[in-house]
Amino acid sequence: MLLSSVAERMYWMARYIERAENTARIILVHNNLMLDMPRRIAIGWEPLVFIMGSENVFREHYSEASERNVVRYLVSDKNNPNCISCSLAIARENLRTTRAIVPRAAWETLNDLFEYCRENLATGISRRGRYVYMKRVIDYCQLLTGKLSGTMSHDLSYDFLRMGRNMERTDMTTRVIDVRATNLLPNQTDELKPFDDIQWKSVLDSLTAYQMYRRHVHVRVRGRQALRFLLQETEFPRSVQYCLSEIEQCLHRLPGNEPALRVLGRAQRMVHEVAIDRIVREGLNDFIDELQRVHGELHDQLTTTYFTLQESAAS
Amino acid sequence: MPIRWKEYSSANAYDELITPHGRARKAAQRAARYIGSLTDVELRERRDAAELAMRVMGITFTVYSDQGGIDRAWPFDIIPRIIPAREWRITEAGLKQRATALNMFIADLYGEQRIIRDGIFPAELLAQSVNFRKQCMGVRPPLDVWAHICGSDLVRDRDGRLYVLEDNLRVPSGVSYMLENRLVMKRVFPELFEDVSILPVDGYPTRLFDTLASLSPRPADYPTVVVMTPGIYNSAYFEHSYLAQQMGVELVTGSDLVVQDDDCVYLRTVGGLERVDVIYRRVDDLFLDPEAFRADSQLGVPGLMRAWRKGKVAIANAPGAGVADDKVVYAFVPAMIRYYLDEKPVLANVETYLCMDDKQRAHVLANLDKLVVKPANESGGYGMLIGPSSSKAEREKFAGLIEKDPRNYIAQPTLSLSTVPTLCDGTVEPRHIDLRPFILSGESSHVTRGGLTRVALKKGSLVVNSSQGGGSKDTWVVETGEH
Repeated sequence: MLLSSVAERMYWMARYIERAENTARIILVHNNLMLDMPRRIAIGWEPLVFIMGSENVFREHYSEASERNVVRYLVSDKNNPNCISCSLAIARENLRTTRAIVPRAAWETLNDLFEYCRENLATGISRRGRYVYMKRVIDYCQLLTGKLSGTMSHDLSYDFLRMGRNMERTDMTTRVIDVRATNLLPNQTDELKPFDDIQWKSVLDSLTAYQMYRRHVHVRVRGRQALRFLLQETEFPRSVQYCLSEIEQCLHRLPGNEPALRVLGRAQRMVHEVAIDRIVREGLNDFIDELQRVHGELHDQLTTTYFTLQESAAS
Repeated sequence: MPIRWKEYSSANAYDELITPHGRARKAAQRAARYIGSLTDVELRERRDAAELAMRVMGITFTVYSDQGGIDRAWPFDIIPRIIPAREWRITEAGLKQRATALNMFIADLYGEQRIIRDGIFPAELLAQSVNFRKQCMGVRPPLDVWAHICGSDLVRDRDGRLYVLEDNLRVPSGVSYMLENRLVMKRVFPELFEDVSILPVDGYPTRLFDTLASLSPRPADYPTVVVMTPGIYNSAYFEHSYLAQQMGVELVTGSDLVVQDDDCVYLRTVGGLERVDVIYRRVDDLFLDPEAFRADSQLGVPGLMRAWRKGKVAIANAPGAGVADDKVVYAFVPAMIRYYLDEKPVLANVETYLCMDDKQRAHVLANLDKLVVKPANESGGYGMLIGPSSSKAEREKFAGLIEKDPRNYIAQPTLSLSTVPTLCDGTVEPRHIDLRPFILSGESSHVTRGGLTRVALKKGSLVVNSSQGGGSKDTWVVETGEH
């Protein structure tokens, strides 16, 4: 038996661990990209705020999207519930209340990371210390994911953890595509053209996909192939297709899974059947928006079926 | 310098281990000899080992506050409190007798109120009781038991006699420390456990589960039992989570439970709703059910009282059981034992003056410097006046409080509280202690072997509460071969 409240905490814990890791990676990769781009081309730091989908909150608190402001906002700003500090705090709170289920070693790792991030905030925001800080966040999150995978029973509670992780990965992959890739596709200025390569590489890097992309695709980085890889690749653990099939496996083990499977099936078909060439021509944004909508619907369905029990309570 | 028991003396108090002549009492002989044979270095090593064991185990137990600090590390002393089994058997019988009478009293108050009709217990006391719940009138919980888990505090005065200081019938805590302390001692003094016949304590979680299971409204081998906690910020949260784990049941908060139209209580699980049979609640009455009690309670379950009244779920302790957990009601326990059981009380009460009585109040007000004054419904050692160590201003303040609300105050003579040798800065000194055994009442009753010994670590202090500078010790009930 698994309490709904415990399932919900597992799900959110995994999402927030993943979110902290992804945010750290995006900062790190963007940092590198900025160093490679010529000064006269101003990509700026603002896209990172768009990726996190919280531009309104950002504008309320900052007048300009300077490097310092954006990094602070993404690392430690209490107004941004998705910042690294807040994500780790929420993950930790969820783990703290499920400690009977989660291996002690995982608690210790998360606690260590939480303390490290708090004690070294200034370093993390500074340009010089940023690399070490983000690397630490990424490594510890991966360590945590590994400990959970390697030492926790793969029972129903683990399924919720795994679903949370893959829901968050799907979310992040679509966000990165949405913000970064749309700007790189056809109608961009000539001035940016020569830097296509490194920009696409950074998109892939943001999702740790570059090396695997090279192994699977064998060509220099091109927009369409990169997009296809991030959406449809069946063996890369952060592609949308892959994440959705992970969620499917979990759902198959859960009771009352039909409504969630129906929504999931719709998302899977969308991704599987989409003609990349066509969406590149006719509007990637529309496709990603629709995909994110279905993703949101899936989250709502999981909440209804398993966390708030609206349907079973009625039956 | 190793401990020399000859030089140890506990002035003005009964020492549990050492006689006034510096000799170990019979049940403590082996332990005293062994501890006395250790060098300073060895003793320090044992103490460090205990601290380490506490810390390592404490990782599971300590609650981390929001600031990341530990807010729950309770000091532990390695010298045990030792009770001869022969004496314990009498105490145990006395505790069972007390719990039985208290349960009959609660059932009577919510039923026919014979004890009031027969003039033993004054009706006005009931009318003024803050823990009486009219919502419980007429309810007959399973087995007619209301207080399934009772923690009674025992102290030993100068005369060597044990007295009951109070009975905790609401949500008594501390049993997890009793269990944990024993684990630590087994690691630190394994050779003593081989040598001395110490009665085990680790059966408690099983007994607790059996007691709870015996209340189930549905006959089943494994009824669904849950532990209900107010949540992570409650100071006893670790105990809630510990007991749930030890019993192998779910730890839940109010939001995990829901009462349906059939008046049954259900757990929200990912597979849908699952019926709950027994709730071991560690939430106060008033927060149990916003429909019946405080409407602003976020901790409770709407409809829970309805389900309980209809017998669809058992709640331990039953709502309203706290009516007997009141320092004024306490004064009547010996009378209850005689009234309901027609027996002589095995364990004595501390002499208690009720301030509501004019004559007794006059005595209290005239002797505030010699007495301990306690509010009727506080716990944790708060709001007390300890006469002999009080200032004039404090006494005047209490005189005012008593005059204003006499029903709420009782006074007792200052007991000296017995002592146990305690490690202080490399030497041993006497420190005052009390004892909280736990009594389980269900189909049968069971008393923990010993209980939790709390120790006032400040020199001369009589306040043992963890919130006020108290620590704890392991408690050994030892067979000495005599009967």
